[in-house]
Amino acid sequence: MSPSVTPATDNRPDSGADLLLPVPDDDGAPFWEYAARGELRVQACSGCDELRFPPRPCCPHCQSFAAHWQRMSGRGRIWSYVLPHPPLLPAYAALPGYNAIVVELADAPRIRLVGNLVTAADAPLNSVEPARLRIGAPVRAAFHTMPGGVTVPRWLLERP
Amino acid sequence: MGATLKDATAIAGIGQTPFAKQLPASEKALACRAIVAALDDAGIAASEVDAFASYTMEETDEVEMAKAIGAGDVTHFSKVGYGGGGSCATVAHLAAAIATGQASVGVAWRSRKRGSGPRPWKNTQVQLPTPGQWTRPFGLLRPADEIGMLARRYMHEYGATRDHLFNVALACRNRANQNPAAIMYERPLTREMYMTARWISEPLCLFDNCLETDGALACVVVSAERARDCRQRPVYVHSAAQGLPAQHHGMVNYWNDDPLTGPAWTAARQLWKGADLGPQDVDVAQIYDAFTPLIPLSLEGYGFCGRGEGAAFTEGGALEIGGRLPLNTGGGGLSEAYVHGFNLITEGVKQLRGTSTAQVPDAATCLVTAGEGVPTSALLLRS
Ligand SMILES: [Zn+2]
Repeated sequence: MSPSVTPATDNRPDSGADLLLPVPDDDGAPFWEYAARGELRVQACSGCDELRFPPRPCCPHCQSFAAHWQRMSGRGRIWSYVLPHPPLLPAYAALPGYNAIVVELADAPRIRLVGNLVTAADAPLNSVEPARLRIGAPVRAAFHTMPGGVTVPRWLLERP
Repeated sequence: MGATLKDATAIAGIGQTPFAKQLPASEKALACRAIVAALDDAGIAASEVDAFASYTMEETDEVEMAKAIGAGDVTHFSKVGYGGGGSCATVAHLAAAIATGQASVGVAWRSRKRGSGPRPWKNTQVQLPTPGQWTRPFGLLRPADEIGMLARRYMHEYGATRDHLFNVALACRNRANQNPAAIMYERPLTREMYMTARWISEPLCLFDNCLETDGALACVVVSAERARDCRQRPVYVHSAAQGLPAQHHGMVNYWNDDPLTGPAWTAARQLWKGADLGPQDVDVAQIYDAFTPLIPLSLEGYGFCGRGEGAAFTEGGALEIGGRLPLNTGGGGLSEAYVHGFNLITEGVKQLRGTSTAQVPDAATCLVTAGEGVPTSALLLRS
């Protein structure tokens, strides 16, 4: 899979148009392919079963080059969060009060993913009231297809 | 026992240009001015320079510098990666080269037009593939966002507050108010200004972030023996270290088992291993301060306090002149100039010469550190 980086033509500021799209490398491409199918998967070593993130060619525990992609439950907790303010790239500046969060996965707390907390998979990045963000809050993954055609995981509060 | 770096070399000269939000001269011209000033300070002819070291992000290169200043044959040159993590390592590489006979007069430098130049994080073409594919699309765009994420977690785990971060910003600003070369020389900071400042990336506000500066600095490294015949009192490189910890991932170290113990911890172990001194012997510290949270994290990493105690360490004026550990006595990156931390090296030299604008009486040892959060480096200097 090699998603296009061409900016989308839809310019409504709350639609997510012109947000940056992931540019996968060889190691990361399967993550985005599974995400496009609505699956959250993490690279695992086929030699020793250790999970690793971000993906890379070789297992740091046993040096095996054999790997597979393990499906995760999609449940996690907020590990930390920030609320970025300008100066920002224009598409993000158009979403005042948006959040960026780090989620630690319930099934593998050492695996942490950067994402966004939203009210629904396709809702804007600033759809959650900032006051609702809390370290430790349980969250679950949802999948959003961006205007450029790439699907990314986003996060919903378990108890909205 | 093999060769040792301990006190084998010294910083014999320092030089700098003015600092400003905008300077008309090019980065190349600024670099030449800083290097020529540093050689003049040492009393060493440019034709004797045979080694250069700078950062991989430095855009003026050694070929141009050597030619412009009139260096002789150059037998050692090196560049260190990871932005502000490279500052102290430039001096360390020269010290190692000189201590092992690969060169005799080394110049380290940094010239940057960050005040009037582009912001590196805006170049998404460069940043979006590995590792940016895991962070940038979600709006984690700038170093301030990445460190803000760590800072929020640190505050949550250890009860650190914005008042602790203010203590850091204030100590640097107070020192800048004593330093006529500092950008913030005549601009005092109050708690109210800090608490009501605009956010950059909550929990970090404007005053938690370094300046954006045009300027250049340089220093000259020679053998300890040679330094004793130079114009200025030698400042010895007592110990030096770099640090890239196991499973580190750069500024977004969230995938490390323990993201709150960054590269400072690794550099510190090596730095103290090579020293006759420990943290308790440090009279004054120049700790890399692109963001205020880097100070408590570094205080812990370099062993001035225990894990989780870095924020509390800043209380009671500890970082002020007369406090337990006077910090960033020229004003640091937060209030003097942000030139990727090189001003922290030259300020360390000024303290040990006894010529700082915020002189710590009888300062004999100074810790200087490079950027925490990225593969880093550190120097322990002594008079
Ligand atoms: Zn393995």
